[in-house]
Amino acid sequence: MKPVNQKAWLLVVPVVLCVAFSAILPLMTVVNYSVQDIISPERRVFVGTEWFKAVMRDDDLIGALGRQMVFSLAVLAVEIPLGIALALAMPAKGWTSSAVLVLVAISLLIPWNVVGTIWQIYGRTDIGLMGAALAALGFDYSYTGNATHAWLTVLLMDVWHWTPLVALLCYAGLRAIPDAYYQAASIDGASKFAVFRYIQLPKLRGVLMIAVLLRFMDSFMIYTEPFVLTGGGPGNATTFLSQYLTQKAVGQFDLGPAAAFSLIYFLIILLLCFILYNWMQRVGTADKTEAGHG
Amino acid sequence: MDERRFKKRTIFLIVYLVFAILPVYWMVNMSFKTNEEILSTFSLWPQHFTTDHYRTIFTDESWYSGYINSLIYVAINTVISLGVALPAAYAFSRYSFLGDKHVFFWLLTNRMTPPAVFLLPFFQLYTTLGLMDTHIAVALAHLLFNVPLAVWILEGFMSGVPREIDETAYIDGYSFPRFFLTIYIPLIKAGVGVAAFFCFMFSWVELLMARTLTSVNAKPIVATMTRTVSAAGMDWGVLAAAGVLTIVPGAIVIYFVRNYIAKGFAMGRV
Repeated sequence: MKPVNQKAWLLVVPVVLCVAFSAILPLMTVVNYSVQDIISPERRVFVGTEWFKAVMRDDDLIGALGRQMVFSLAVLAVEIPLGIALALAMPAKGWTSSAVLVLVAISLLIPWNVVGTIWQIYGRTDIGLMGAALAALGFDYSYTGNATHAWLTVLLMDVWHWTPLVALLCYAGLRAIPDAYYQAASIDGASKFAVFRYIQLPKLRGVLMIAVLLRFMDSFMIYTEPFVLTGGGPGNATTFLSQYLTQKAVGQFDLGPAAAFSLIYFLIILLLCFILYNWMQRVGTADKTEAGHG
Repeated sequence: MDERRFKKRTIFLIVYLVFAILPVYWMVNMSFKTNEEILSTFSLWPQHFTTDHYRTIFTDESWYSGYINSLIYVAINTVISLGVALPAAYAFSRYSFLGDKHVFFWLLTNRMTPPAVFLLPFFQLYTTLGLMDTHIAVALAHLLFNVPLAVWILEGFMSGVPREIDETAYIDGYSFPRFFLTIYIPLIKAGVGVAAFFCFMFSWVELLMARTLTSVNAKPIVATMTRTVSAAGMDWGVLAAAGVLTIVPGAIVIYFVRNYIAKGFAMGRV
């Protein structure tokens, strides 16, 4: 057990101050906006929960939320298994492991709007490799005109962009498994699948929880990449929550409703985050007692 | 049987790497083509090889100042993030104190706040403070997601260091600051490297806040690029060259910390 020491708070104070400055102050401003009708900087009317009610009835918002949930779940369904498979396939030793690690990580280091720009070009049927290849294969591909194509392109872009994060996490988790486990398995004559199912997967549970948590939350906040690639269109096929919010707040300058929307958005993420975090903690502890190390 | 298995894995890995590299290759390819060639012909490699686009970026101040601005605020942000996160991570890994778990969770929730939610308040806050269009404003705003991440990573590393080391140092008469700076931090070098890498990466790739808080003097390269897309029509060549150059700093950093990255997560708060 860790010793109790209230003086440790002194070490935490700088972090709390920093984050409070960039989190609590802005959050209070948002709360302040959400209950007022701001006609001009001088004329403000207190409207109570009116904006919240209006936002909850907003069909566009509910549409964006639905699209967001489907998108985030699709992201998890593709990226998690692919990331695990990739981590299993990555070499563990030698110069190839360094080379593969750097190559795999490259897409994580590209600024998000550059990611959008790359795919914007890449998907064009006249000058882009992917677009041209699809057109040559006889597909009538157009990410600007066809809603399904646009949605799939955004998903493919996200898979390209973020699967490496899952892969790196799992790769690290795999490296942490002691050789003794594999030796025991080979003495028992375990198949490759059995090794994966009964040794690797349970040992990866901890990092997988982090991967799921990070990917879910980050995909829930996706903004820049679809903004550059499709601008939310065609129609609103790729307008996700952040995009809709920014349109409202910056585009139409509807401060009150945008603030109410922000708070609801924040609460949704907070709730999901809380559930996942507690689940992660519980599974993590169960894993530790089972494996017998701390 | 093992041989065949090995081959299947290698083939899968190669297919993935091709999928990962092709979009980047395409941008590099475009950055060396003339604009006429980009728009008129489809070619797998440059037919009329040119470095004009790169020359434009390195000679035009509105372009290269973007890189300098980005590097400045990323550096400020990384330094502040690590500076405040190191002692806090030590406190979380070594002691129990009132509300420690709640504070830790609260920090994590900030990592998960959509930046779009805070755009307007940030704009107002920094306007009021007179910090608009300064590097420090972007650096401070990026603390929102980098500080929690740095605390999280460092705490994992610190928990891996046996507590006996602290106790021995105190018995030997070290004061806390001296122990922390001369003994403890060198022990978790790898963790500091990994945390610095992630702070660098997330601050470098972020667009929304950086664009909102700057206009001219501190305008980051990512914002310079979006304006070119909309205003100057489609100067694809320069855009591609600028994109290629944004990957370079990250690639250099990852090369240096590649050995730590895997370790960092393995020891993290799992």
